[in-house]
Amino acid sequence: MATTSADTTSGTQVPADAHSPGTFPPFDGTTYASQILWLAITFGLLYWIMSKVALPRISGILEDRRDRIAGDIAEANRLNEESNAAIAAYEQALAEARANAHKIAQETRDKLKSDVEARRAATEGELAAKLAEAEARIGDVKRAALENVGEIATGTTSELVEALIGKAPTKTELTKAVETAMK
Amino acid sequence: MANDPISQFKIINLVPIEVGGLDLSFTNSALFMVATTAVVATFLMLSTGGRGLVPGRWQSLAEMSYEFVANTLRSSAGNEGMRFFPLVFSLFMFVLIANLIGMFPYFFTVTSHLIVTFALAMLVIGTVMIYGFAKHGLKFLKLFTPDGVPPALFFLVTPIEIISFLSRPVSLSVRLFANMLAGHITLKVFAGFVTSLIAAEGLGIFGPMVSILPLAMTVALTGLEFLVAFLQAYVFTVLTCMYLNDALHPSH
Repeated sequence: MATTSADTTSGTQVPADAHSPGTFPPFDGTTYASQILWLAITFGLLYWIMSKVALPRISGILEDRRDRIAGDIAEANRLNEESNAAIAAYEQALAEARANAHKIAQETRDKLKSDVEARRAATEGELAAKLAEAEARIGDVKRAALENVGEIATGTTSELVEALIGKAPTKTELTKAVETAMK
Repeated sequence: MANDPISQFKIINLVPIEVGGLDLSFTNSALFMVATTAVVATFLMLSTGGRGLVPGRWQSLAEMSYEFVANTLRSSAGNEGMRFFPLVFSLFMFVLIANLIGMFPYFFTVTSHLIVTFALAMLVIGTVMIYGFAKHGLKFLKLFTPDGVPPALFFLVTPIEIISFLSRPVSLSVRLFANMLAGHITLKVFAGFVTSLIAAEGLGIFGPMVSILPLAMTVALTGLEFLVAFLQAYVFTVLTCMYLNDALHPSH
Protein backbone atom coordinates (compact mmCIF):
# COMPACT_ATOMS: atom_id res chain seq x y z
CA MET A 1 0.00 0.00 0.00
CA ALA A 2 1.82 3.03 -1.27
CA THR A 3 -0.50 5.50 0.41
CA THR A 4 -0.12 3.72 3.71
CA SER A 5 3.58 4.25 3.89
CA ALA A 6 3.14 7.87 2.89
CA ASP A 7 0.65 8.33 5.69
CA THR A 8 2.69 6.71 8.37
CA THR A 9 5.83 8.62 7.51
CA SER A 10 4.10 11.98 7.50
CA GLY A 11 4.91 14.21 10.43
CA THR A 12 1.42 14.70 11.75
CA GLN A 13 0.38 11.12 11.78
CA VAL A 14 3.22 9.26 13.35
CA PRO A 15 1.76 7.91 16.56
CA ALA A 16 5.18 7.20 18.04
CA ASP A 17 5.42 10.19 20.34
CA ALA A 18 1.75 10.62 21.09
CA HIS A 19 0.91 11.75 24.58
CA SER A 20 -1.66 9.25 25.69
CA PRO A 21 -2.14 6.65 23.03
CA GLY A 22 -5.64 5.40 22.86
CA THR A 23 -7.49 8.58 23.87
CA PHE A 24 -9.13 10.79 21.29
CA PRO A 25 -6.42 13.48 20.75
CA PRO A 26 -8.62 16.58 21.19
CA PHE A 27 -9.77 15.24 24.57
CA ASP A 28 -6.28 14.28 25.75
CA GLY A 29 -5.85 16.55 28.75
CA THR A 30 -2.11 16.03 28.98
CA THR A 31 -1.61 18.22 25.90
CA TYR A 32 -3.75 21.11 27.13
CA ALA A 33 -1.11 22.98 29.10
CA SER A 34 1.32 23.02 26.20
CA GLN A 35 -1.34 24.05 23.70
CA ILE A 36 -2.62 26.88 25.92
CA LEU A 37 0.92 28.13 26.53
CA TRP A 38 1.89 28.15 22.87
CA LEU A 39 -1.44 29.60 21.84
CA ALA A 40 -0.91 32.40 24.36
CA ILE A 41 2.59 33.04 23.06
CA THR A 42 1.73 32.95 19.36
CA PHE A 43 -1.62 34.71 19.59
CA GLY A 44 -0.15 37.30 21.95
CA LEU A 45 2.63 37.94 19.48
CA LEU A 46 0.13 38.15 16.63
CA TYR A 47 -2.05 40.58 18.61
CA TRP A 48 0.99 42.71 19.41
CA ILE A 49 2.13 42.83 15.77
CA MET A 50 -1.40 43.58 14.57
CA SER A 51 -2.18 46.32 17.06
CA LYS A 52 1.24 47.99 17.03
CA VAL A 53 2.36 47.72 13.43
CA ALA A 54 0.12 46.13 10.84
CA LEU A 55 -3.27 47.69 11.58
CA PRO A 56 -2.02 51.26 12.15
CA ARG A 57 -0.12 50.94 8.90
CA ILE A 58 -3.16 49.75 6.93
CA SER A 59 -5.44 52.34 8.48
CA GLY A 60 -2.77 54.95 7.67
CA ILE A 61 -2.72 53.83 4.06
CA LEU A 62 -6.52 53.94 3.86
CA GLU A 63 -6.66 57.37 5.47
CA ASP A 64 -3.92 58.71 3.20
CA ARG A 65 -5.90 57.49 0.24
CA ARG A 66 -9.14 58.99 1.54
CA ASP A 67 -7.41 62.32 2.17
CA ARG A 68 -5.72 62.24 -1.20
CA ILE A 69 -8.99 61.49 -2.99
CA ALA A 70 -10.83 64.19 -1.05
CA GLY A 71 -8.00 66.63 -1.82
CA ASP A 72 -8.03 65.72 -5.48
CA ILE A 73 -11.79 66.17 -5.68
CA ALA A 74 -11.50 69.58 -3.99
CA GLU A 75 -8.72 70.55 -6.41
CA ALA A 76 -10.83 69.39 -9.35
CA ASN A 77 -13.78 71.42 -8.06
CA ARG A 78 -11.56 74.48 -7.67
CA LEU A 79 -10.22 74.12 -11.22
CA ASN A 80 -13.73 73.63 -12.50
CA GLU A 81 -14.88 76.80 -10.80
CA GLU A 82 -11.88 78.63 -12.19
CA SER A 83 -12.65 77.51 -15.71
CA ASN A 84 -16.28 78.49 -15.24
CA ALA A 85 -15.18 81.94 -14.11
CA ALA A 86 -12.85 82.18 -17.11
CA ILE A 87 -15.71 81.23 -19.43
CA ALA A 88 -17.94 83.87 -17.83
CA ALA A 89 -15.19 86.51 -18.13
CA TYR A 90 -14.62 85.57 -21.75
CA GLU A 91 -18.31 85.83 -22.52
CA GLN A 92 -18.52 89.16 -20.77
CA ALA A 93 -15.53 90.45 -22.72
CA LEU A 94 -17.09 89.19 -25.91
CA ALA A 95 -20.37 90.96 -25.12
CA GLU A 96 -18.48 94.16 -24.27
CA ALA A 97 -16.50 94.01 -27.49
CA ARG A 98 -19.66 93.45 -29.42
CA ALA A 99 -21.31 96.43 -27.72
CA ASN A 100 -18.20 98.55 -28.41
CA ALA A 101 -18.23 97.60 -32.04
CA HIS A 102 -21.88 98.57 -32.25
CA LYS A 103 -21.13 101.88 -30.59
CA ILE A 104 -18.21 102.64 -32.86
CA ALA A 105 -20.24 101.76 -35.94
CA GLN A 106 -23.09 103.92 -34.72
CA GLU A 107 -20.76 106.81 -33.94
CA THR A 108 -19.13 106.57 -37.34
CA ARG A 109 -22.49 106.48 -38.98
CA ASP A 110 -23.66 109.51 -36.98
CA LYS A 111 -20.45 111.42 -37.71
CA LEU A 112 -20.66 110.74 -41.40
CA LYS A 113 -24.28 111.77 -41.40
CA SER A 114 -23.58 115.02 -39.58
CA ASP A 115 -20.60 115.71 -41.89
CA VAL A 116 -22.74 115.22 -44.90
CA GLU A 117 -25.43 117.42 -43.37
CA ALA A 118 -22.93 120.16 -42.57
CA ARG A 119 -21.42 120.06 -46.01
CA ARG A 120 -24.80 120.13 -47.63
CA ALA A 121 -25.84 123.06 -45.44
CA ALA A 122 -22.60 124.89 -46.35
CA THR A 123 -23.10 124.23 -50.02
CA GLU A 124 -26.71 125.29 -49.81
CA GLY A 125 -25.64 128.48 -47.99
CA GLU A 126 -23.05 129.21 -50.68
CA LEU A 127 -25.56 128.60 -53.36
CA ALA A 128 -28.09 130.82 -51.62
CA ALA A 129 -25.46 133.56 -51.30
CA LYS A 130 -24.53 133.25 -54.94
CA LEU A 131 -28.18 133.32 -55.86
CA ALA A 132 -28.78 136.42 -53.78
CA GLU A 133 -25.72 138.03 -55.33
CA ALA A 134 -26.93 137.15 -58.80
CA GLU A 135 -30.38 138.45 -58.01
CA ALA A 136 -28.88 141.70 -56.71
CA ARG A 137 -26.85 142.04 -59.88
CA ILE A 138 -29.93 141.37 -61.99
CA GLY A 139 -31.75 144.08 -59.96
CA ASP A 140 -28.87 146.52 -60.59
CA VAL A 141 -28.78 145.76 -64.26
CA LYS A 142 -32.54 146.14 -64.42
CA ARG A 143 -32.41 149.41 -62.58
CA ALA A 144 -29.59 150.70 -64.78
CA ALA A 145 -31.49 149.60 -67.80
CA LEU A 146 -34.61 151.31 -66.59
CA GLU A 147 -32.64 154.50 -65.98
CA ASN A 148 -31.29 154.33 -69.53
CA VAL A 149 -34.85 153.73 -70.73
CA GLY A 150 -35.84 157.10 -69.12
CA GLU A 151 -32.95 158.90 -70.85
CA ILE A 152 -33.68 157.28 -74.19
CA ALA A 153 -37.39 158.00 -73.79
CA THR A 154 -36.62 161.62 -72.91
CA GLY A 155 -34.31 161.95 -75.93
CA THR A 156 -36.70 160.23 -78.27
CA THR A 157 -39.66 162.20 -76.93
CA SER A 158 -37.75 165.51 -77.33
CA GLU A 159 -36.84 164.67 -80.93
CA LEU A 160 -40.40 163.46 -81.69
CA VAL A 161 -41.94 166.58 -80.18
CA GLU A 162 -39.43 168.78 -82.07
CA ALA A 163 -40.25 167.06 -85.30
CA LEU A 164 -43.99 167.38 -84.70
CA ILE A 165 -44.23 170.93 -83.50
CA GLY A 166 -40.85 172.27 -84.54
CA LYS A 167 -40.01 173.35 -81.13
CA ALA A 168 -38.05 171.39 -78.52
CA PRO A 169 -39.82 171.05 -75.17
CA THR A 170 -38.07 172.03 -72.02
CA LYS A 171 -36.12 169.54 -70.02
CA THR A 172 -38.49 169.78 -67.05
CA GLU A 173 -41.55 169.11 -69.16
CA LEU A 174 -39.93 166.14 -70.80
CA THR A 175 -38.85 164.51 -67.57
CA LYS A 176 -42.27 165.00 -66.07
CA ALA A 177 -44.01 163.54 -69.06
CA VAL A 178 -41.69 160.50 -69.29
CA GLU A 179 -42.01 159.76 -65.56
CA THR A 180 -45.83 159.96 -65.85
CA ALA A 181 -45.79 157.60 -68.81
CA MET A 182 -43.45 155.11 -67.15
CA LYS A 183 -45.47 154.81 -63.97
CA MET B 1 -3.77 2.53 10.90
CA ALA B 2 -3.33 4.18 7.52
CA ASN B 3 -6.98 5.00 7.12
CA ASP B 4 -7.49 5.90 10.74
CA PRO B 5 -9.21 9.29 10.48
CA ILE B 6 -8.25 10.22 14.03
CA SER B 7 -4.46 9.98 13.82
CA GLN B 8 -4.26 13.31 11.95
CA PHE B 9 -5.21 15.08 15.18
CA LYS B 10 -2.41 13.52 17.23
CA ILE B 11 -0.20 15.89 19.18
CA ILE B 12 3.47 15.10 18.73
CA ASN B 13 6.24 16.47 20.88
CA LEU B 14 8.88 18.14 18.76
CA VAL B 15 10.91 19.81 21.52
CA PRO B 16 10.11 18.34 24.90
CA ILE B 17 9.86 21.01 27.60
CA GLU B 18 8.77 20.24 31.12
CA VAL B 19 8.34 22.83 33.83
CA GLY B 20 7.45 21.68 37.33
CA GLY B 21 5.94 18.45 36.08
CA LEU B 22 3.83 20.33 33.56
CA ASP B 23 4.30 19.25 29.96
CA LEU B 24 4.87 22.46 27.97
CA SER B 25 6.53 20.80 24.99
CA PHE B 26 6.83 22.52 21.65
CA THR B 27 4.50 20.26 19.67
CA ASN B 28 3.31 20.02 16.09
CA SER B 29 0.31 22.06 17.24
CA ALA B 30 2.62 24.79 18.55
CA LEU B 31 4.61 24.65 15.32
CA PHE B 32 1.49 25.34 13.29
CA MET B 33 0.42 28.11 15.66
CA VAL B 34 3.79 29.72 15.01
CA ALA B 35 3.29 29.13 11.29
CA THR B 36 -0.16 30.74 11.44
CA THR B 37 1.16 33.82 13.21
CA ALA B 38 4.12 33.97 10.85
CA VAL B 39 1.91 33.71 7.76
CA VAL B 40 -0.51 36.39 8.96
CA ALA B 41 2.22 38.76 10.08
CA THR B 42 4.37 38.23 7.01
CA PHE B 43 1.43 38.66 4.68
CA LEU B 44 0.30 41.91 6.28
CA MET B 45 3.78 43.35 6.75
CA LEU B 46 5.06 42.57 3.26
CA SER B 47 1.87 43.51 1.44
CA THR B 48 1.61 46.91 3.11
CA GLY B 49 5.36 47.63 3.09
CA GLY B 50 5.06 49.71 -0.07
CA ARG B 51 2.25 51.85 1.39
CA GLY B 52 1.08 52.24 -2.18
CA LEU B 53 -1.49 54.90 -2.83
CA VAL B 54 -2.77 52.64 -5.56
CA PRO B 55 -2.71 49.19 -3.99
CA GLY B 56 -1.19 46.21 -5.70
CA ARG B 57 -2.74 42.76 -5.54
CA TRP B 58 -1.36 41.82 -2.14
CA GLN B 59 -1.94 45.20 -0.58
CA SER B 60 -5.48 45.12 -1.93
CA LEU B 61 -5.99 41.77 -0.21
CA ALA B 62 -4.65 43.16 3.08
CA GLU B 63 -6.89 46.22 2.80
CA MET B 64 -9.87 44.04 1.93
CA SER B 65 -9.39 41.87 5.01
CA TYR B 66 -8.96 45.00 7.12
CA GLU B 67 -12.15 46.60 5.82
CA PHE B 68 -14.05 43.31 5.91
CA VAL B 69 -13.38 42.83 9.62
CA ALA B 70 -13.81 46.55 10.33
CA ASN B 71 -17.23 46.58 8.64
CA THR B 72 -18.29 43.43 10.46
CA LEU B 73 -17.28 44.91 13.80
CA ARG B 74 -18.79 48.32 13.07
CA SER B 75 -22.11 46.92 11.91
CA SER B 76 -22.65 44.85 15.07
CA ALA B 77 -20.89 46.87 17.77
CA GLY B 78 -20.93 50.39 16.33
CA ASN B 79 -18.02 52.79 16.18
CA GLU B 80 -17.24 52.28 19.86
CA GLY B 81 -16.56 48.66 19.03
CA MET B 82 -13.53 49.75 17.01
CA ARG B 83 -11.51 49.82 20.23
CA PHE B 84 -11.57 46.02 20.04
CA PHE B 85 -10.56 46.00 16.40
CA PRO B 86 -7.03 44.64 16.91
CA LEU B 87 -8.43 41.76 18.97
CA VAL B 88 -11.21 40.94 16.51
CA PHE B 89 -8.90 41.25 13.53
CA SER B 90 -6.26 39.03 15.15
CA LEU B 91 -8.91 36.45 15.99
CA PHE B 92 -10.31 36.43 12.48
CA MET B 93 -6.93 36.16 10.79
CA PHE B 94 -5.63 33.57 13.25
CA VAL B 95 -8.66 31.31 12.90
CA LEU B 96 -8.91 31.79 9.14
CA ILE B 97 -5.25 31.09 8.45
CA ALA B 98 -5.12 28.22 10.92
CA ASN B 99 -8.15 26.67 9.18
CA LEU B 100 -6.66 27.20 5.72
CA ILE B 101 -3.22 25.88 6.67
CA GLY B 102 -5.03 22.81 7.97
CA MET B 103 -6.33 22.19 4.44
CA PHE B 104 -2.84 21.26 3.24
CA PRO B 105 -2.33 17.50 3.20
CA TYR B 106 -0.31 16.28 6.20
CA PHE B 107 -0.58 19.66 7.90
CA PHE B 108 -1.93 19.94 11.41
CA THR B 109 -5.13 21.89 12.00
CA VAL B 110 -4.67 24.02 15.11
CA THR B 111 -8.39 24.77 15.37
CA SER B 112 -9.35 21.10 15.38
CA HIS B 113 -8.46 20.97 19.06
CA LEU B 114 -11.18 21.94 21.51
CA ILE B 115 -8.72 23.42 24.00
CA VAL B 116 -7.47 25.91 21.41
CA THR B 117 -10.90 27.09 20.31
CA PHE B 118 -12.08 27.12 23.91
CA ALA B 119 -9.10 29.26 24.93
CA LEU B 120 -9.92 31.71 22.13
CA ALA B 121 -13.60 31.74 23.15
CA MET B 122 -12.65 32.36 26.78
CA LEU B 123 -10.42 35.21 25.64
CA VAL B 124 -13.48 36.78 23.99
CA ILE B 125 -15.84 36.16 26.90
CA GLY B 126 -13.16 37.29 29.37
CA THR B 127 -12.73 40.51 27.42
CA VAL B 128 -16.50 41.01 27.38
CA MET B 129 -16.84 40.46 31.14
CA ILE B 130 -13.81 42.48 32.21
CA TYR B 131 -14.64 45.40 29.92
CA GLY B 132 -18.36 45.17 30.72
CA PHE B 133 -17.85 45.36 34.49
CA ALA B 134 -15.05 47.93 34.19
CA LYS B 135 -17.15 50.25 32.10
CA HIS B 136 -20.65 49.74 33.44
CA GLY B 137 -20.03 48.31 36.90
CA LEU B 138 -23.05 46.44 38.18
CA LYS B 139 -25.16 47.91 35.40
CA PHE B 140 -23.48 45.32 33.21
CA LEU B 141 -25.88 42.83 34.87
CA LYS B 142 -28.70 44.56 33.00
CA LEU B 143 -27.63 42.17 30.28
CA PHE B 144 -29.78 39.61 32.07
CA THR B 145 -32.87 41.81 32.33
CA PRO B 146 -33.77 42.79 28.79
CA ASP B 147 -35.68 46.02 28.25
CA GLY B 148 -39.35 45.77 27.46
CA VAL B 149 -39.87 42.59 29.48
CA PRO B 150 -42.49 42.89 32.24
CA PRO B 151 -40.78 42.56 35.66
CA ALA B 152 -43.05 39.64 36.44
CA LEU B 153 -41.33 37.63 33.75
CA PHE B 154 -37.82 38.30 35.06
CA PHE B 155 -37.81 35.12 37.11
CA LEU B 156 -38.23 33.27 33.82
CA VAL B 157 -36.20 35.44 31.45
CA THR B 158 -33.18 36.08 33.65
CA PRO B 159 -32.23 32.41 34.15
CA ILE B 160 -32.57 31.90 30.40
CA GLU B 161 -30.33 34.89 29.74
CA ILE B 162 -27.78 33.64 32.27
CA ILE B 163 -27.76 30.17 30.76
CA SER B 164 -27.40 31.64 27.28
CA PHE B 165 -24.53 33.82 28.47
CA LEU B 166 -22.75 30.90 30.09
CA SER B 167 -23.23 28.70 27.06
CA ARG B 168 -21.60 31.27 24.77
CA PRO B 169 -17.98 30.18 25.26
CA VAL B 170 -19.06 26.56 24.86
CA SER B 171 -21.04 27.13 21.69
CA LEU B 172 -18.41 29.48 20.26
CA SER B 173 -15.58 27.02 20.79
CA VAL B 174 -17.44 23.78 20.04
CA ARG B 175 -18.85 25.17 16.78
CA LEU B 176 -15.40 25.90 15.37
CA PHE B 177 -13.74 22.82 16.80
CA ALA B 178 -16.50 20.44 15.68
CA ASN B 179 -16.66 21.88 12.19
CA MET B 180 -12.95 21.53 11.64
CA LEU B 181 -12.76 18.10 13.27
CA ALA B 182 -15.75 16.69 11.41
CA GLY B 183 -14.63 18.13 8.09
CA HIS B 184 -11.17 16.64 8.36
CA ILE B 185 -12.50 13.27 9.51
CA THR B 186 -14.97 13.16 6.63
CA LEU B 187 -12.26 14.04 4.14
CA LYS B 188 -10.00 11.36 5.58
CA VAL B 189 -12.75 8.73 5.55
CA PHE B 190 -13.64 9.33 1.90
CA ALA B 191 -10.00 9.49 0.89
CA GLY B 192 -9.54 6.22 2.80
CA PHE B 193 -12.33 4.62 0.75
CA VAL B 194 -10.36 5.36 -2.40
CA THR B 195 -7.26 3.52 -1.23
CA SER B 196 -9.31 0.70 0.32
CA LEU B 197 -11.25 0.13 -2.89
CA ILE B 198 -8.11 0.12 -5.02
CA ALA B 199 -6.34 -2.23 -2.68
CA ALA B 200 -9.34 -4.45 -2.05
CA GLU B 201 -8.80 -7.98 -3.23
CA GLY B 202 -11.68 -9.87 -4.73
CA LEU B 203 -13.18 -6.85 -6.45
CA GLY B 204 -10.78 -7.20 -9.36
CA ILE B 205 -11.08 -4.41 -11.87
CA PHE B 206 -14.20 -3.05 -10.19
CA GLY B 207 -12.32 -1.78 -7.16
CA PRO B 208 -10.32 0.93 -8.94
CA MET B 209 -13.33 1.77 -11.14
CA VAL B 210 -15.70 2.29 -8.23
CA SER B 211 -13.00 4.17 -6.33
CA ILE B 212 -13.65 7.12 -8.62
CA LEU B 213 -16.85 7.82 -6.70
CA PRO B 214 -15.25 8.47 -3.30
CA LEU B 215 -12.44 10.31 -5.08
CA ALA B 216 -14.97 12.69 -6.63
CA MET B 217 -16.55 13.02 -3.22
CA THR B 218 -13.17 13.89 -1.72
CA VAL B 219 -12.62 16.60 -4.32
CA ALA B 220 -16.07 18.05 -3.68
CA LEU B 221 -15.56 17.89 0.08
CA THR B 222 -12.22 19.65 -0.24
CA GLY B 223 -14.00 22.56 -1.91
CA LEU B 224 -16.64 22.51 0.79
CA GLU B 225 -13.97 22.44 3.49
CA PHE B 226 -12.37 25.58 2.09
CA LEU B 227 -15.76 27.25 2.34
CA VAL B 228 -16.20 25.95 5.90
CA ALA B 229 -12.71 27.15 6.81
CA PHE B 230 -13.63 30.69 5.80
CA LEU B 231 -17.19 30.53 7.05
CA GLN B 232 -16.25 29.31 10.53
CA ALA B 233 -13.63 32.03 10.88
CA TYR B 234 -16.29 34.54 9.86
CA VAL B 235 -18.92 33.10 12.21
CA PHE B 236 -16.43 33.16 15.06
CA THR B 237 -15.70 36.81 14.27
CA VAL B 238 -19.34 37.86 13.93
CA LEU B 239 -20.28 36.22 17.23
CA THR B 240 -17.26 37.85 18.88
CA CYS B 241 -18.49 41.21 17.61
CA MET B 242 -21.98 40.58 18.95
CA TYR B 243 -20.68 39.59 22.38
CA LEU B 244 -18.44 42.67 22.43
CA ASN B 245 -21.53 44.71 21.63
CA ASP B 246 -23.05 43.37 24.85
CA ALA B 247 -20.04 44.63 26.75
CA LEU B 248 -20.46 48.07 25.19
CA HIS B 249 -24.25 48.28 25.43
CA PRO B 250 -25.50 45.88 28.12
CA SER B 251 -29.15 46.94 27.99
CA HIS B 252 -30.36 45.56 24.71
